[in-house]
Amino acid sequence: MKPRSLDEALEVLERHGEGARVLAGGQSLIPSLNMRLSSPELLVDISSIGSLKGITLDQDVVRIGALVTHAELERSAEIARHVPLLAEAVRHVAHPAIRNRGTLGGSLALADPAAEYPACALALEATIFISGKRGERGVKAAHFFKGLFETDLKPGEIVTAVEVPAQLDGERSVFLELARRQGDYAIVGLAAFRGAETRFAFFNVGPKPVLAKNAALKKSLAEAKEALKADLLVTGDLYTDAATKQHLAGVLLERAWNKLSTSH
Amino acid sequence: MEQALDITLTVNGVEVSRRVAARTHLVDFLREELDLTGTHAGCEQGVCGACTVRVNGDIVRGCLMLAVQADGCRVDTVEGLSDSKELAALQQAFHEKNALQCGFCTPGMLMAAQDLIKQKRPFTREQIRAHLSGNYCRCTGYQAIVDAIEEVLDGQG
Repeated sequence: MKPRSLDEALEVLERHGEGARVLAGGQSLIPSLNMRLSSPELLVDISSIGSLKGITLDQDVVRIGALVTHAELERSAEIARHVPLLAEAVRHVAHPAIRNRGTLGGSLALADPAAEYPACALALEATIFISGKRGERGVKAAHFFKGLFETDLKPGEIVTAVEVPAQLDGERSVFLELARRQGDYAIVGLAAFRGAETRFAFFNVGPKPVLAKNAALKKSLAEAKEALKADLLVTGDLYTDAATKQHLAGVLLERAWNKLSTSH
Repeated sequence: MEQALDITLTVNGVEVSRRVAARTHLVDFLREELDLTGTHAGCEQGVCGACTVRVNGDIVRGCLMLAVQADGCRVDTVEGLSDSKELAALQQAFHEKNALQCGFCTPGMLMAAQDLIKQKRPFTREQIRAHLSGNYCRCTGYQAIVDAIEEVLDGQG
């Protein structure tokens, strides 16, 4: 099913209930279908809904449509200039052929713990816009990500756009990720922002991205690294145990700290 | 998911119309319906890159796209780019540099590599490797593949 408008898509989702799945770029949903991890009765292909596309800058807020692909983010002059954290992050997202199809909205809606954008959204205090039959609502990233592949999205709702504050003069951001090979899922990653306040959003250290709130308040790197131990309740995965991840998170914190502290 | 849909797309410059099951992947459609078996189905989960094809000029995974999603699109496969001679320099360089052994990954490698070459600007070996990071080769160890691509890029001056 390929609706032409958001209203039509929401209508279809309501009519078919839980049996329907939203298909955007399909770079995560189609593998899960291929592996028979998911078997929806109906795919709702939202890719021709024009209102979910495009990047606009309006008074220091950058609005990015949910259907904007990784490749579009990578090429965008607006993103490079006003949201450099995302411009850095996108280079770690999979590989070129996947970046040509996968979307920002899809990545946020899936909430893979190893994904880059949820951590960026948290570090940038992004607002995620969601539409349903009962209208549109905006949710702060901190309230959107609930757990492992779990978000605030209710059945029948679609992520439509994301708004992030444009990075101002004097503000800094840095994105770091450790992976076995270019484009692999992160072992551990960090999206860091320093403006009026500092935010360190770590990902793939647990079921969802986490802000290291105490580390961000410290004046020295040594204190921050110490505080990080209590900030993160690191869980290990199939490949990397918790102690290794905790150590690597400290390594990333140190690298980010040094980058944020030196002038460009 | 058992529903069949009518699609029309342009494959290697030729318009084709078919009725396909909604669940059919683009790579399977190309191979089984159109007999274009140059594009290979490898891992079928987006990891290996053997199924790389162009859709509207951009490289994509043929196994992570349904045929119905290509409705109205322009699709180019390794056969089309071979016939048009777009890949000629790259194929010659792969041959001369021994950049393939079993050849299973080669169509996908050529498609991904040509995506760099058509940008007509220089790339470092590191950038070439990053661009090919989504294409697995289990025979060559990649050195010869990067050598071949570098040679074509250098030849463009």
